[in-house]
Amino acid sequence: MKPVVHHRLLLSALGLLLLLAIWLSLALGPVSLPLSETLRAGLRLLGVPLDGESLERAELIIGQIRLPRTLLGLAVGAVLALTGVSMQGLFRNPLADPGLVGVSSGAALGAAFAIVLGATSTAVPPVFAPYLLSASAFAGGLLVTSMVFRLGRRDGQTSVATMLLAGLALTALSGAVIGLLTYLADDATLRSLTFWNLGSLNGASYARLWPLLLVATAVALWLPRRARALNALLLGESEARHLGFDVERLKRELVLCTALGVGAAVAAAGMIGFIGLVVPHLVRLLVGPDHRILLPASLLAGASLLLFSDLLARLLLAPAELPIGIVTALLGAPFFLYLLLRGRG
Amino acid sequence: MLRAENLTLKRGSSVVLSGIDLQLQPGEVLGVLGPNGAGKSTLLAALCGELLPSAGTVSLDGLALADWQGPLRAQRLAVLPQNSTLGFAFSVESVVAMGRLPHASGARLDADIVAQALQAADAAHLCGRNYLQLSGGERQRVHLARVLAQLWPGQHGQVLLLDEPTSMLDPLHQHTTLQAVRAVAASGCAVLVVLHDLNLAARYCDRLLLLANGKTQALASPQQVLQPALLESVFGLQVLVQSHPELGHPLVIAR
Repeated sequence: MKPVVHHRLLLSALGLLLLLAIWLSLALGPVSLPLSETLRAGLRLLGVPLDGESLERAELIIGQIRLPRTLLGLAVGAVLALTGVSMQGLFRNPLADPGLVGVSSGAALGAAFAIVLGATSTAVPPVFAPYLLSASAFAGGLLVTSMVFRLGRRDGQTSVATMLLAGLALTALSGAVIGLLTYLADDATLRSLTFWNLGSLNGASYARLWPLLLVATAVALWLPRRARALNALLLGESEARHLGFDVERLKRELVLCTALGVGAAVAAAGMIGFIGLVVPHLVRLLVGPDHRILLPASLLAGASLLLFSDLLARLLLAPAELPIGIVTALLGAPFFLYLLLRGRG
Repeated sequence: MLRAENLTLKRGSSVVLSGIDLQLQPGEVLGVLGPNGAGKSTLLAALCGELLPSAGTVSLDGLALADWQGPLRAQRLAVLPQNSTLGFAFSVESVVAMGRLPHASGARLDADIVAQALQAADAAHLCGRNYLQLSGGERQRVHLARVLAQLWPGQHGQVLLLDEPTSMLDPLHQHTTLQAVRAVAASGCAVLVVLHDLNLAARYCDRLLLLANGKTQALASPQQVLQPALLESVFGLQVLVQSHPELGHPLVIAR
């Protein structure tokens, strides 16, 4: 498909869309703030000296509740979209998903352990209790992904096809263990387990945010440096080697970025599906498969889509809140089917 | 200069290549012939470092292939595989421009080179098209343009390895492709090309390597290699060999 939109124009448009998403995400909620007040309070939080007593309430709501939530959404959306691009590049298949290398199921397994066993165990000092879930999810994701990667290696070469199958097998295995833990859980833990699996940006705090922001920044800075290598990889692994790229190293880096990125995202916000699959696909339709533009555009689009999904999640049933995973799946699954049917001609 | 010494390659317990000695000369086109499963593609994979030899060495300018730095090697050695599995909707120019990835020659020069390489592969009219909408033969020519762009304009010390570059082409483009290959060789680049068509090989190659069961059966000029007895022993096909009425090169006709 020919790139139908001029690249710079599209990036600017996506940038504006993201700014709009951030603005709305700061303004809307159970207590809706006027857009102008949101803007002024936001500027004051950034250190712009604006006077006005009336801004204090807005500043409090934004600074304490909505800004961390918005930043969380932004980072999660960006990371899921970027790792989606890198997995589709690694597997050379536009239908690949970051979960293929086992990171999502591993993180879910880690989280399930933390929720079910953490509820009954007293071994964890209370200071660490809030971090137990995130840390356990992150560790679970890394662990399962590294196992998938090891299973895919043979004689110093990584077979992407074997990794794919190993990912499927370990995902099934994780699912079985999660099922077992679910079976053992009592009603209260069952509920938190279920909610965690549906994903949510609710209860975002700066303490839970900074590890993800760190990882997201690293991934967002690193992957674009590999854009040319990813392009060459789409030709084929040996073709990329003949063009001078160290393909084994590239594969390691892509898996590592995905394990860290998705691990941190899932640890911070639970399971949020379809962003990593749908966003790169959608952006590719607009700009073509060149990773030099696909990566930054997917970052912006992923962050925007997640923020808008979160807005729906908190506004549709206000004051109650829908888990965001439900919203992204509701938007993503029909779109995925549309892509499949369209591809069939 | 690409050189293979006593190149031997085993897959499991079976010997796929054994004791191949080969030296590609600057400016020559060396054709590799042989029946299916003779080891032609394996030879090509071993010569470009994709497969590691069980014994023997492959060296480029006296340095083992594995010791070359990736981008430097890519500026010297380009490979066209038998078929491509690219499944993403790049434009034709973007595919060809990937041949310029090992170079830091700047966008403007790269665009010039891409245009010239497309011209050389007789694919200039495909500019702007979506790669996925091309026919098999058109895709093959686009990839030829890509490897031509990688070595453009061709010079002494470079090596181009082609695995059946004409397998999907119509008769006209079989000839234009091999003429483009000859033009690259004329600039000093050494070319190794795997072919099935004996007459194309006779017409465009300076030397022919005849492989069977992973062993060299003959390595000499087309006149010396394309002998009825030799061809019958290797291919099991009875042939007449005459000379081309206008050009004089051997012409192989099945009996």
